[in-house]
Amino acid sequence: MAKIVAVTGNEASANALRQVNPDVCAAYPITPQTEMMQRFASFVSDGMVKTELILVESEHSSLSACVGASAAGGRVITATSSQGLALMWEILFIASGTRLPIVMPVVNRALSAPLNIHGDHSDAMGARDTGWIQLWSENGQEAYDNTIQAFRIAEHMDIRLPAMVCMDGFIISHSIERLEYLEDEEVRDFVGEFKQMYPLLDLEHPVSYGPLILPDYYMEYRKAQADVESKVAKVVLDVAKDFEKMSGRKYGLFETYRLDDAEIGLVILNSAAGTSKDTVDEFRDRGIRAGLLKPRLYRPFPYGEVGEALKHLKAICVLDRADAFGGSYGPLFLDIATSLYPYQHKPMLVNKIYGLGGRDYLPAHAELVLNELVDITKTGAVKNLKEYIGVRE
Amino acid sequence: MPKTLTLKELSRKEVLLTAGHRMCAGCGAPTVVKMVLLACDYPVVAANATGCLEVSTCISDYTAWKIPWIHNAFENAAATISGVETMYRSLKKQGKIDKDIKFIAFGGDGGTYDIGLQSLSGAMERGHDMLYVCYDNGAYMNTGIQRSSATPFCADTTTRPAGSKIPGKTEQRKNLTKIIAAHNVPYVAQASPSHWMDLMKKVRKAMDTQGPKFLDIISPCNRGWRSRTDDSIMLSRLAVETCFWPLYEIENGITKITFKPKEKKPIVDFLKPQGRFKHLFKPENVGLLAKIQEDIDREWGRLQKEETCFSPQ
Repeated sequence: MAKIVAVTGNEASANALRQVNPDVCAAYPITPQTEMMQRFASFVSDGMVKTELILVESEHSSLSACVGASAAGGRVITATSSQGLALMWEILFIASGTRLPIVMPVVNRALSAPLNIHGDHSDAMGARDTGWIQLWSENGQEAYDNTIQAFRIAEHMDIRLPAMVCMDGFIISHSIERLEYLEDEEVRDFVGEFKQMYPLLDLEHPVSYGPLILPDYYMEYRKAQADVESKVAKVVLDVAKDFEKMSGRKYGLFETYRLDDAEIGLVILNSAAGTSKDTVDEFRDRGIRAGLLKPRLYRPFPYGEVGEALKHLKAICVLDRADAFGGSYGPLFLDIATSLYPYQHKPMLVNKIYGLGGRDYLPAHAELVLNELVDITKTGAVKNLKEYIGVRE
Repeated sequence: MPKTLTLKELSRKEVLLTAGHRMCAGCGAPTVVKMVLLACDYPVVAANATGCLEVSTCISDYTAWKIPWIHNAFENAAATISGVETMYRSLKKQGKIDKDIKFIAFGGDGGTYDIGLQSLSGAMERGHDMLYVCYDNGAYMNTGIQRSSATPFCADTTTRPAGSKIPGKTEQRKNLTKIIAAHNVPYVAQASPSHWMDLMKKVRKAMDTQGPKFLDIISPCNRGWRSRTDDSIMLSRLAVETCFWPLYEIENGITKITFKPKEKKPIVDFLKPQGRFKHLFKPENVGLLAKIQEDIDREWGRLQKEETCFSPQ
């Protein structure tokens, strides 16, 4: 029986982690993630989980300790945001290269400088090519559901990769929403027991983790890791199917909203997708065929499936809550453009950068963008391929 | 009480770092590691910071380690083993492991005094049941003899070479043993492979002490010290006998010097056989030699005072 609660995104994720009941958790405070680990720590203090906490002195040590703990042979979690994720960067590659299924909620926050603690996607986008699976979440419910599913995906015998579960800082992490919790037993049975393949603590079978591999074999190891990435999407869908049976909530690689017969569309991640859906509805009410695609599995990115879902549109705006400096387009835009490249007849594309450092994304912004897409379909011309919106001139 | 070490017992024990590893001939590190592992009375899981020891002992698909071993990165051996140890405690509490296992991290001075200091400090403060062993050869030897905060005053390195204007390193060594002692951990000590029984007794004592322990072990590097391959043990002995590297331990806050040379040798005896100090023997550098001797005398005096101040009556 589902339990209906009113909780913040952080609280929902902490509760998912409690229900999964990992063996070890490394925790370090950083806004806006702090509340999640605080709540989890209180579960530890109250004996509600079997977890041993490591209260590390930095995020670098947090992930380093997770690597040690996971290799030792058990289920391991940590959580972070922004600068903390940036500090972990070196070890992100080691966790994925060593094939350790650590699960880490990332409460998305802007990167310094200038210092800013509010929600944007610069942190997780900077880590998108580190070999971690990334699941993105529109609201607290999705953050909760994705956290539970992340364990099954990461620990799947065909995968064995670490996974991040992303949600927007403050907008989701600190907002109270109506949520449905699963029963503890349901979650426990859903994630099952975790068994590390070559645990360091198995004294009868001593193993060496983290070898030096020279040019003679390094590339084969990298290729093997790349091959695993191609298996993730199927596992994500299989796990989603099982999750739907249990919860009644349906998940895919991405969510499409009124997209099937759409002529214009938005592609947007996380919380701003919710705002955009309302505006899509308004355009539909006016007889304009608007739609939306919200990626969920962002890494590995399901290029083929996304391309198929978007190819019939006339014009698309990809909205990025992170910019890629160096004259580039937003990271999501690059992925959408890549998805559509193989098609002879492609939709026209524009890229908008929005909401950096917690700047509000309003229905008016979605309206502005959809109106521009209507113009593009009429004139066949794109004025600005990339543009900041909601910014002072 | 730790069991007494005897040669007879040691001769029967398995060497847990096998031959065939690719450390240089004359390197102190594998000798140190073998001694540390031989002295252990428990099954051990080890972590290793990136460095000479790590790159030379586990080149895929070969490993010289007969014990479970993990290398993560350069600066995080202490954090890594703290994760392994925490998982051990978690699984033991859950009844999934019944054996007593001990945990050791190995790092060179670069990975310990410099880039790994925060990780080490954090792990020591958190109270994990672990031993951190620093094999201190006084520079970043793996990348080619660059200066570290453990490099001795005036030593020639590739990033602070002894030139016509600058006589090698212009700063003093960091005293890491004291820094870790300031964490109020139950056991810290300095050791040398020349005094192998002293070294192994310290390891055994550390293994029987609950909580975080730290061992700083001098480890000659003939490539970096510009010395003869077969002089490593002699040089580590001279380091002790000149009081450049005093052998002592701090157990629960009480300092004890574990070896007092009958006659303290002049520091030049240690410096002379090493090419990294050869510029000090030019006439214009006689003042520097005198300063090095003064510094050593002062520190040795201070250590002896510490021993008398805090010795239990």
